[in-house]
Formats: sequence, C-alpha cells, structure tokens
Amino acid sequence: MNPLLSFGDYLWMTFAAFLTLATFSFLYKDNPLYKFAEHLVVGVSAGYFVIILYYGSLKTQLVEKLINHEWVYLIPLVLGVLMWTRFNKKLSWVSRYPIAIYIGIATGLAIPLEMQTKVTEQLEAMMVYIQWNDLLAGGFWNYTNSFAALLVIIGTLAALIYFYFSKEHKGWFGGVATVGIWTLMLGFGASFGATVMARISLLINRVQFLDQWRINSVGSVHQEGSGSYTAIYWVVLLGMLGLLVVDLIRTKGKTETDLN
Amino acid sequence: MSNNQTNNNSNLSFLERLMLLDRRWVFLVLALVVVSTYYIPMKVPVPASTEVRSIYDAVEGLKEGDKILLAIDYDPNALAELHPMTYAILEQCFRKKVGVIITSLSQNGPGMAEQAILDIVDSTALPRTYNGVSYPGREIINGVDYCFLGYRAYFELVITGMGQNFRTFYSRDYYDVLLDSIPIMKDVQNYDDIEMVIDISGSNVVDAWIKYAAARYDVKLALGLTGVMMTDYYPYLGSGRIFGLMGGLLGAAEYESLADNPGLAMDGMKVQVWAHITIILFILIANIGYFGTRKKRGL
Amino acid sequence: MKRQIPLALVILFGWLMLALYFIPLEGAQKINENLLDWTAIIGIFALALGIWSLISVNVDKIQYKKRDWPYSIVTLFGLFAMIVFGLKFGGADSMFQGQESYMFRHFFDDILIPIFSTMFSLLAFFIASAAYRAFRARSALATILLVGAIIVMIRFFPFIAEYTRPVADWIINVPNLAAKRAIWMGVGLGIVATGLKVILGIERSYLGRD
Repeated sequence: MNPLLSFGDYLWMTFAAFLTLATFSFLYKDNPLYKFAEHLVVGVSAGYFVIILYYGSLKTQLVEKLINHEWVYLIPLVLGVLMWTRFNKKLSWVSRYPIAIYIGIATGLAIPLEMQTKVTEQLEAMMVYIQWNDLLAGGFWNYTNSFAALLVIIGTLAALIYFYFSKEHKGWFGGVATVGIWTLMLGFGASFGATVMARISLLINRVQFLDQWRINSVGSVHQEGSGSYTAIYWVVLLGMLGLLVVDLIRTKGKTETDLN
Repeated sequence: MSNNQTNNNSNLSFLERLMLLDRRWVFLVLALVVVSTYYIPMKVPVPASTEVRSIYDAVEGLKEGDKILLAIDYDPNALAELHPMTYAILEQCFRKKVGVIITSLSQNGPGMAEQAILDIVDSTALPRTYNGVSYPGREIINGVDYCFLGYRAYFELVITGMGQNFRTFYSRDYYDVLLDSIPIMKDVQNYDDIEMVIDISGSNVVDAWIKYAAARYDVKLALGLTGVMMTDYYPYLGSGRIFGLMGGLLGAAEYESLADNPGLAMDGMKVQVWAHITIILFILIANIGYFGTRKKRGL
Repeated sequence: MKRQIPLALVILFGWLMLALYFIPLEGAQKINENLLDWTAIIGIFALALGIWSLISVNVDKIQYKKRDWPYSIVTLFGLFAMIVFGLKFGGADSMFQGQESYMFRHFFDDILIPIFSTMFSLLAFFIASAAYRAFRARSALATILLVGAIIVMIRFFPFIAEYTRPVADWIINVPNLAAKRAIWMGVGLGIVATGLKVILGIERSYLGRD
C-alpha cells in the first residue's frame, strides 16, 4: 500500500474502485450491484445538495439576516413558503404568486442580453471588411482570411434560410437552403466528432482512476508483495471482461433483442 | 425478434451476421482497446490552437497581486475533461502569485472545486520548473492566495449580482468566514476589481456567464468546456464576447502542454487516438455491412 | 385573485428588470441588487420541493412494497447519511464539521464522484455502439456529416495531424461557426419573442389551468 496514504483513505479508495466496477457491470446487464450504486448516488447527491443549499444559500442569505433583525427579509421568506402550497390542491394557486415574480424577473433580466449576445453581436461580427484582392491570404485553410469570413456570412444566412419554413424550399430559395443544410451538417459533424472524444475521455478517466488505485495498492513498484496487488487488479479487470465473453459465446446466435 | 428469425441466423451470410452483432461485442472491443492501450507508452504531440493559447497568454501575462475569478461549474460527470484544465490554471496562478477567487455554481460543483484546490495547494508546496522558470515551493494560504466562495442557488441571479457586489450573494465564503475579513477580498467589490473570469463549465451556467457577466458588465471571459459543448461556442469567439476557449480533453491537454505541466489530459490523449481509430473502424465495418447487404434487403 | 394578480406581478417585475438594465443610477442598481437576492431566496424554497418529492416517492415505495423497494432504502440512507455528516454544530472538536467533515468529504469523493463519472462513462460504450449501428452514409447529407465528424476525430493523430489539424480547425471555425451562429440567432430571437410575450401578458401557460 502507498505509505503516504492512511489505511482509512485507502479503504475508501478501494470502495470507490468497487463502486466503479459495480457501475460498469451495467454493460453486461442491469443487475443488483448496478441498481445499488445507482440508488445510492441519487440519495447521496440529493443529501449533498441539501447541505450545500442550506449552508451556502439559505443560511447566509436568509437565516442570518433574520437573526440580525433585518425584518424586510420576511418578504422573500413568506413568498418562498407560499411556494409550498403546491402540495395542497385547494391552495396551489397561491404558489403562482412567487412563481410569477421569479418568471418576471428572470425574463426581464434575460431579454436585452439574449438580444445582445445571440443576435446583434453575431450580426456585428459578420460585418467585416472583405479584402477582395487578397481573398485567400494565408492559404485556403486559414480560417482568418477574407474568404473564410465570406463563407461564414454565406453559411449563416443560408442556414437561417433553411430554418425559414414559411416559403417553400424551391428555385433559388431552395438552392440557398441546400447550402444552408450542408453548412449545418458540417457543423453537426464537428459536434459529433467532438462528442466522441468527450465520451471516450470519461472512460479514460475511469481507467486512470482504477490504475491509480492499483498504484496506491502497490505502494511503490519495488515494494515487496507489489506483484500480488497488480495480479489482483488484472484478475478482476480481465475476469469481468472474460465473463462477458463467456456469456456472449453462450448466447451466440441470439440477437440482442431476444435477450431483452 | 421472433424465434423464427433466431433459428434462421445460421443461414445468414457473414455480412448479415455483422449487421446483427450483439452490441456487447462492441462494448468488449472498446473496453479492451481502452484498457490495453493505456499501458502502451506513446507520445501524442498536442500543439496549441490559437483559442487555447490566448487563455494561456492572458494568465501568463498577469502580474503578482492581480486577481482572477475561476468559476468551477461542473459536476463529477464532466470531471474527466474539465478537472485537468482547473488543475493547470490553478497551479499556474498559484505559482505566479496571482490571487484566485473561486466560485462554484453547479449543484455538485463545490466538492469538485475543493478537491482541486486542496490538491494544488499540496503540489505548490514543492519546488518545480515550468517552461524553464524555476519556482520554489510555497505555502498557499486560504484567504490570502485564494478565496473559495462556494455555491449559491440560481446562477443567473448570482452572476448578475456579483457584477454589482460580490457581497450581495456571498456575505460569507464556503468555510463560513465573513467576506469582509478575508484579505484577498478586501479591495474586491465587483468584476471591475478582477482581471478576468475563466469559466470551466459542463452545463448551461456558461450561457449565464456570457450574458450576465461578459455582456452586461463587459468582463473579460474565457471558457473551458466539455467536448460535447465546445463547437457550439465558437460564434462567441467570433463575436469577441469571449477571448479564449478550451474544448474537451484535447483543449485540456493543449493547456497542460503550454503550461509545461503534464497531467491526466496529456496522459489520456494516447488512448484517445486508439479509441478513435476503433470507433472509425466500427463505422467503416458497419457501412461495408450496410452496403454489402443492401441488395439482399431489396433496397 | 387566482390569475390577475400573478399576471400583474409578471408584467410589473418583467418591465422593472428591463428598465433597471437601462438605468445606470446607483439607487436603481441597489433595487436591482435586492431584487436578485430576494428572488434567489424565493427560489430556494422551490428547490426544497424537489428534495421533498424525492423523499415522499421513496417512502411511498417502501411503504407499499413496490417493485425494487429495498433500493429505496439505499437512496434514503444516502440522503440522510449525507445530511447528518454535513451538519455543523458544536465547537472545533465536534464530530460535526459541516462540509469539512471527514465522512462528508469521503462520501462525496468516494461515492458520488466514482458512481456519477462511471455512469456517464458508460456513454462511451453507447456512442461506440451507435457509431456501429446508426452511422451510415445513406445519403449525401449523411456523408458530409460523417466526413466532418471523422476529420474532427483524427485532428490530433500523430503523423497525420499536420494535414488534418488545419482542415479540422477550418471546419470548426468556418462552417461550424456559421451553422451554430445561425442556430444561436434563431434561439436568441425565439427567447426574446417568448420573453416579450410573457412580460406583455400574452403568454400565460406558466399559470397553469383553471
């Protein structure tokens, strides 16, 4: 075991490794171990939120103010409590009052800034000086040249036209809409490519964690008895994969839909 | 599927069998590739893109005593991609004696933020050399070198509120200390008193930072995002609303490599290569199967 | 009472917030600050509703021995354990140190983090299986998507990155930017239109029926 780690911390880490493998077992099929982990995390995360919400928000923003006799904070308190009338069928309309205030404020806050960041500034960004005599400065793939700027303008307008359904996509209008959908598809392709990397990253992180657990179990590579921990690590990991292979061969010929 | 079809499976051609493959074979292959290639030594060079470099340069250009706000707005599900960014930036700031004000507006975020802070406080205690510059080990003191403000509900309101006064929502920090008694927060009233905001986010909190901080109060903002989100935020880079963007594990690895501080992101990139090759092969095989059996399916 | 007042409140506070955005006076900003603070407090009570419904659903399951009811005990155990460990009272030597207590931190670091991040890492397998099953070059449009995705996926590969990286960066910064800009503009206009409908009192679906 890693000498820098206390035995208690090592046990916790081992438990975390166990929960990791338990969650992975879902890939084989839904099973009690996975269900256990899933239900446990729902509870723990809700409990965590309760504490964070109380000590983070409620205590400092409301309770302390009331303790300091800032009675004006009774107003948000009362409005907040009115929210709970939702549980009573007869009184649930009262909860509309606080909801209405929240919606009013959130909406009023958002309108000018949505317009600014998503619309006007985006339009502004397209109003660039096009250097017609040097369109391809820095080569075709240089995305800061005028050609790229021009393509962005065309692509954006075409994609907007594609989303405009009040006129039938025919003739020149249809042609522009086609450019729009091509642009959109390249955009979605880029998103998909980046998403694949994102998902794989999550898996790599778990492998890194399990390996960290192995290294902590071993302590240092030269420590006596380190071999047996590494062996356990590989036996567990390959054992799980092996079980999957055995099961796949056992159910060979059946498609997945048969099994579910 | 009916039993009938199951029995007929033995008469299927190779390509047709390929199309009906149990998806758990796919799982198995991916698991084997990811686990085994993790132990194969391989170096993946990660030259930095302009949008990552501009964040690094901005942080590197800060002077001792400057302050930045680091928003750690992600839950454990985005830890893989975003933790490395947080670690690299925090360490860079601590080494350069830049003050860091940390908020965490995601539901399960504060625990993640605290984990990162404690780890980097430990590692900054040791001497190290980055990009040829040697830094001695240094004790990082809570309240002097950094301040962890923690969580407050309703991030859009909190972010707007901080534009007027941090104390509107944060009268106390995460450790229950009054903000007015924290040295680093003494001269900090609102966003005007910090150099920039770097938001590392895995959720829509990032939209609120763009609107309610960057646009409303003209704060210099850079983003660290998950791979899933990264492509969606390039328009803001184009409109100049944000000055830098790190996307996914690659963005994190680029930052680590710029900061000369290799961590989990650079470590993971080699597996990324093999896993991507595997997935591309899956796509190819499936397409060969699809086009090979198209005639038989009467298409 | 049931509809008119809430409607009036939405309109009043909506326009007030909108006006405050354009008034840089200090007094106005003070009102703004208080409104934000109060709204967040009101909202906290709504979040408490979510916790309450989680508890009641699970208690219900246990009480009536519904399917998989023993797991509800696990959920409730996690919930209450976390709350108890997170409580803060007593002095510096008390066991209850709130968010800094030993058990609270370990529950977060060694239960919440591994399970959540592993659950999401399962998506790696599902995206691989989706790539195998659904990603077909059926049409010209599907092929463009496929090619775009593959170029972005291989952009950092050793040996070929020199050629693929500029193309991928171009895709991300030119067509992708254009596509996402169009989408953001649509989303932005949509939100502004809905927002205006709300503070003008035209859109009332948030009031529910009756």
